[in-house]
Amino acid sequence: MSGRHYLPLTDRERGEMLAAIGANSVEDLFSDVPAAVRLQREMSLPPPLAEGEVLQHLKKLAAKNRHSGDCVSFLGGGVYDHFIPSVVKHITGRSEFYTSYTPYQAEISQGVLQAIFEYQTMICELTGMEVSNASLYDGATALAEGAIMACGATCRSRVLVSRTVNPWYRQVLRTYMDSRGLVLEELPMAEGQTDFGRLEAALGDDVAALILQRPNFFGLVEDMAGVADLLHARGALLIMGVDPLSLPLLQAPVEYGADIVAGEGQSLGSPQSFGGPLLGFFAAGQKLIRRMPGRIVGETVDKEGNRGFVLTLQAREQHIRRERATSNICSNQALNALAAAVYLACLGPGGLTEVATLCLQKAAYARERIASLPGYEVPFPGVYFREFPVRIPGTAAELNRELLKNNVLGGLDLAPHYPELGNAVLLSVTEKRTREEIDLLVRLLEGYR
Amino acid sequence: MRKTQKLLFESGRPGRRGVSLPALDVSARPLEELLPQAFRRQLPLGLPELSEPEVVRHYTALSTRNHGVDSGFYPLGSCTMKYNPKVNEEAAALPGFALVHPCQEDETVQGILELLYEAEQYLKEITGMDRITFQPVAGAHGELTGLMMIQAYHRWHGQNRDKVLVPDSAHGTNPATAAMAGFEVIQVPSDQRGLVDLAALKEALGPDTAALMLTNPNTLGLFEEDILEIAAAVHAAGGLLYYDGANLNAVMGYARPGDMGFDVVHLNLHKTFATPHGGGGPGSGTVGVKEKLAPFLPLPLVERGEAGFYLDHDRPQSIGRVHSFHGNFGVVVKAYTYLRMMGADGLKQASADAVLNANYLMHRLKPIFHLPYDRVCKHEFVLSAREQKKMGAGAGDIAKALLDFGFHPPTVYFPLVVTEALMVEPTETESRETLDSFAEAMAEIARLVREDPERVKEAPHTTVVGRLDEARAVRQLRVRWSKEEA
Repeated sequence: MSGRHYLPLTDRERGEMLAAIGANSVEDLFSDVPAAVRLQREMSLPPPLAEGEVLQHLKKLAAKNRHSGDCVSFLGGGVYDHFIPSVVKHITGRSEFYTSYTPYQAEISQGVLQAIFEYQTMICELTGMEVSNASLYDGATALAEGAIMACGATCRSRVLVSRTVNPWYRQVLRTYMDSRGLVLEELPMAEGQTDFGRLEAALGDDVAALILQRPNFFGLVEDMAGVADLLHARGALLIMGVDPLSLPLLQAPVEYGADIVAGEGQSLGSPQSFGGPLLGFFAAGQKLIRRMPGRIVGETVDKEGNRGFVLTLQAREQHIRRERATSNICSNQALNALAAAVYLACLGPGGLTEVATLCLQKAAYARERIASLPGYEVPFPGVYFREFPVRIPGTAAELNRELLKNNVLGGLDLAPHYPELGNAVLLSVTEKRTREEIDLLVRLLEGYR
Repeated sequence: MRKTQKLLFESGRPGRRGVSLPALDVSARPLEELLPQAFRRQLPLGLPELSEPEVVRHYTALSTRNHGVDSGFYPLGSCTMKYNPKVNEEAAALPGFALVHPCQEDETVQGILELLYEAEQYLKEITGMDRITFQPVAGAHGELTGLMMIQAYHRWHGQNRDKVLVPDSAHGTNPATAAMAGFEVIQVPSDQRGLVDLAALKEALGPDTAALMLTNPNTLGLFEEDILEIAAAVHAAGGLLYYDGANLNAVMGYARPGDMGFDVVHLNLHKTFATPHGGGGPGSGTVGVKEKLAPFLPLPLVERGEAGFYLDHDRPQSIGRVHSFHGNFGVVVKAYTYLRMMGADGLKQASADAVLNANYLMHRLKPIFHLPYDRVCKHEFVLSAREQKKMGAGAGDIAKALLDFGFHPPTVYFPLVVTEALMVEPTETESRETLDSFAEAMAEIARLVREDPERVKEAPHTTVVGRLDEARAVRQLRVRWSKEEA
């Protein structure tokens, strides 16, 4: 019988246990399932495979995909090919962590609880914000939760989002806001950056918040001077989507007055995995903590005064507050938060600054070389971090097919999201890309036009 | 036994580092050229500084302070803490899955799209639904996606239905999700059988009903026997029926939500399909729908064409996206691996054993604890510690006492319809010896409550920390470490 090695009961034991209950057969235990809804046939599923067979099968499926292990990848846009120290997978692979669940029973969950407390501290350190939660699903839903929280905190119903925010995040925002009857409005861009000249006019007494991304979707670092002041003067909040890996170099969100900081933490130790599991992180000022979505871990003591950690402020949450909860979130992305914490512990402030600097320098090298190629153009001036847009001769699909012939995973197609750019792709250069690999990309682009 | 573990921030020394990085191999530009001073961080970055061995020791120590399914019995009701096969982890870590970017061209991800396509076919067969989305990443996320589709469906048909009905025994996520999607929540009471009170349900249904959210078997572990009548009543009122799949592990191969009349189903792949819970995620809240709701599914969906598999973004009635990319694909790989190993017989046997284990354990415990609904259960059952509470130790104390026996306790104080609830879900991957020793521990604790309730109230006695003061954590809120407070 298939899957037997996961099922300890023997037929003999099944018989004895049924006898103990006073049942004749397992069927007796399903007597409450009305005949009319009973499945009167066997399910039609492929025949079971043995462990060795299933692994062979999965390997065959995996072999049909190209990936950053057999190609040189310049893809970004929210998920990146960063180096992950071996330590990360060995720690997250410890099954005391990964086979546990939400740490409701604190005394036997100190491992996960302390790791999350440390994670929360690291997110606060990176962003400069006062409080962080234990994680949300991903960057997109973290921003959506931030938008909903801002509406609740301000008793307002309209949220502005810059057109330079990740287009998929804006789609998720739209889905969440529409369903709840909240209004999402786009703030236009100029030269690849938020058109702050239009902000004042877009603000009104019903605007709860403005959502910006830094670096923005094009990799540009926007000038935040005066933005928070303008918003705060009109009673609106500033919600920032940030890349945690950029924060050792770029201003911390608290330095330009952000109220809510959310974003994608995949770059901190989680593999790309076709875009999931990811890590939504979420931080805010202390005064907003009781409105925060998600789990929060706090410090306390036992009777003897030993330090310990527990889930706290649970009165915000669905299992206590039900329809009056701040969010419906229950399971989050705890193991990815653990990966981020281990990653940050390994890198430390020095290592993290170095990774950010490597990205900055290598991306600048790639950008300048590509911009100098005839037929290619970086459409916007400005300060870039790790990514940049490039206008290309021909479509992205055509170009990427050419690059793939040389085992290069090329650009992310910008045309569906920003048709005004014409044929254009977004290129990302992480610390993993070598000069040789960048030069290869440049040669291929040169040869393609 | 008692011992605290230093925080990362209290360890290490300035200048230590736990990673090696490549040297810059392009000519370095002055930082000011690339990044104006005004954009530069001024705030110090207070991350810990440790060598690799210190990091590993720290987290290894933390792991020993944590109980997982691999550590021991974990009968946490409604969470289906079954064993997580190791081969699943290997499958998801294959470079052809783990190192793939979500925005690659379709022709470079044919194996992934094939896996998603096939997983959809299997889950359709198991649930009796017509289409599946893998985008939601947790049960509550699946609920939200499902209710958004229900809302879009009603709006498309020109109807303004703003109420969602939820039984009083429902998971807290149900009412929280309904509110989050902008619905008003109406609670439906349970009857003496522990099932939905049909008369009360019919009373609550009306032209403003968008949906009824139901878990079947419900959170008491009881099968909603009137399900066909419930479905007929909801549909007659123009509402839709939502299935919370948290408890699907009870009925695989025996009954399918699609055949019970459900229009939308969410599945917790991290429960029924054996993917690990990760200390609180990542999971997957995969959602299945009947044909009439398929146009509203999040985009994109995987389709099979003449040239191979592709992602279909051209879905004008879609509610849009609910996740940055394609959901927790890595979790889907694990569930797919499990499905391929179990096959139809294996899944049915898993449900049969889950139900047998629950009934056996219920039978062993009912002489010791009050069983409010004494009838055949499905994969879980709910006891009440009301008698023990009178003697001075309630469900929460009993849970803490179980820690000293090396068991993770049942879910406590839920469902709300049972006072001093202890919700026990053993799952099919536990041996009879484990069930017996758990029953003995429960009997021992019941005896202790009779003889020395104070000792039970002071439990646990053998864990790395004693019972923690949750009230103080709220009162003296400290949610991050800081140098000043240390």
